[in-house]
Amino acid sequence: MRLITGPAAPPGAAAETPPAPADPATLKVVPARHPARWAAAVAVAVLLAQFGHGLATNPVWEWGVFADYVLSETIVHAVWVTLQLTAYATVLGFLLGTVLAFMRLSRSPLLSTAAWTYIWVFRSIPMIVQLVFWFNLSALYERLGLGVPFGPVLWSVDSDSLIGTIGAAVIGLSLHQAAYAAEIVRGGVVSVDQGQSEAAAALGLPRLRQIRRIVLPQAMRAILPTAGNEIIGLLKGTSVVYVMAIGELFYQVQVVYGRNGRVIPLLLVATAWYVVLTSVLSVVQYYVERHFARGADRTPPPTPLQRLRRAVRSLRAAAARREEPVVPLSLLGEKR
Amino acid sequence: MTEVSEVMVDVRGVHKSFGPLDVLRGVDLQVRTGQVTVVLGPSGSGKSTLLRTINHLEKVDRGWISVDGELIGYRRSGKTLHELKEKDVLKQRTHIGFVFQDFNLFPHLTVLENLVEAPVAALRRPRAEAERTAHRLLDRVGLADKAAAYPRQLSGGQQQRVAIARALALEPKVLLFDEPTSALDPELVGEVLDVIKDLAGTGTTMIVVTHEIGFAREVADTVVFMDAGVVVEQGPPAAVLDTPRHERTRAFLAKVL
Repeated sequence: MRLITGPAAPPGAAAETPPAPADPATLKVVPARHPARWAAAVAVAVLLAQFGHGLATNPVWEWGVFADYVLSETIVHAVWVTLQLTAYATVLGFLLGTVLAFMRLSRSPLLSTAAWTYIWVFRSIPMIVQLVFWFNLSALYERLGLGVPFGPVLWSVDSDSLIGTIGAAVIGLSLHQAAYAAEIVRGGVVSVDQGQSEAAAALGLPRLRQIRRIVLPQAMRAILPTAGNEIIGLLKGTSVVYVMAIGELFYQVQVVYGRNGRVIPLLLVATAWYVVLTSVLSVVQYYVERHFARGADRTPPPTPLQRLRRAVRSLRAAAARREEPVVPLSLLGEKR
Repeated sequence: MTEVSEVMVDVRGVHKSFGPLDVLRGVDLQVRTGQVTVVLGPSGSGKSTLLRTINHLEKVDRGWISVDGELIGYRRSGKTLHELKEKDVLKQRTHIGFVFQDFNLFPHLTVLENLVEAPVAALRRPRAEAERTAHRLLDRVGLADKAAAYPRQLSGGQQQRVAIARALALEPKVLLFDEPTSALDPELVGEVLDVIKDLAGTGTTMIVVTHEIGFAREVADTVVFMDAGVVVEQGPPAAVLDTPRHERTRAFLAKVL
């Protein structure tokens, strides 16, 4: 081996030594071909083109009607209501869910059983059933009040005026969400290494600080992907509150097409908005996850923007290389 | 030891069992201020459990432990012992530094944040002061340039040195080491032991559970040999390591030397 590759052999002496392979750095590289992959790509491209063509040309979609309504005041206001419902239910649901999660993890059997029961009950009731229940709260409890338990009532108010329809919807969504959030948070907390809370305890960190500063930030890595699912599910789930005649997106769309009969374009309006909102949430989720990944990897993964820039740079480099007749192997080896 | 110093850690008749398993069966141990005590013994002899009872990570079933004259985990009034609330136990722990076998640094915090966390949150020190102390301690363990790094960017030996600095940041009265080099690659053991040796030279009271016999011989004031949940024998390193009086000590040393 040494004889062949060693720098000692002068070029002229090649005839004497066994035929030496040419320096790999000067060889031409032919990439492998993938005919099946190409065929599949063509088939999918044709299908996509057909679908796009149908969207553009089929008069049933009524894009004109879509354009008229998608940014109309009624619809934008309905989107706002949907966003509010989602935000309130997310915040309240996850706050209550976090409390329930720590109750379930508590050493007190009463607390953990209470939390378990809550989760059991609220996961068992379909959301729509629960919402109608809350909608009819005033039938169940006409007045709500504060006072001594089992004793005199100090202050009370009419249920309807205290809660209202939107309030009932927020309560219903939040209570439902809390049951799922509790399990998600609990899953995150138990995924954090026991040594972390032990180290925090050994350092004498106050209990709440141990949870807030040490355990939860690490639990977030496990919580966020599932929580993202839940919040997106909730955003779309708010469409269920149309049964309570709240002017959120889906209800409003129904009202409009009930009036003008343009069902398909108005469903498209709702679809477009749900897609936009979900996309925004997905982007937010990506960056929140990134934030909580601090320290988890030796080198943090690049952001999409950095990845895009890098891709452009390598495309340019590839284009520059194509102009050269020979691809140097060593260069290919360096770029991965 | 010629000077007579007072007892810093006093362990009396400590029993601890996990279910049917008796891990500690009446342990007595006195550690004097400024001394280094090395605890040796086979796995499962209760060394780590003993260490963990000293800062109340494990509650004892019987017996008592005091650090600098203060009962751990209990408050005595007359003839009764009142169990302390978690808040007070946490306060006691700030006087007792603990270094874990697998470091247990907080991976989502930088090295500096790891060191600043407890002084700020538990002792309510001003952040600027805590950071100054942290930089000084990092310098002392030879990691002055790693303040901004995350633990996972460091080698095992560096992580353990950060963990030692983190324990020191609370200025504890006693430092407990639970097999501080057992999770390290052999070539990284030395750098951690050097830091501990350096601490021993400054008169820090320490209890070190380890399998490093050479370290025990060089640094320990007292070597304690434990087996099956009791202290079998203890004394100066030369006595225990070279002329052990008990058969069990001899058998253990024959295996590890």
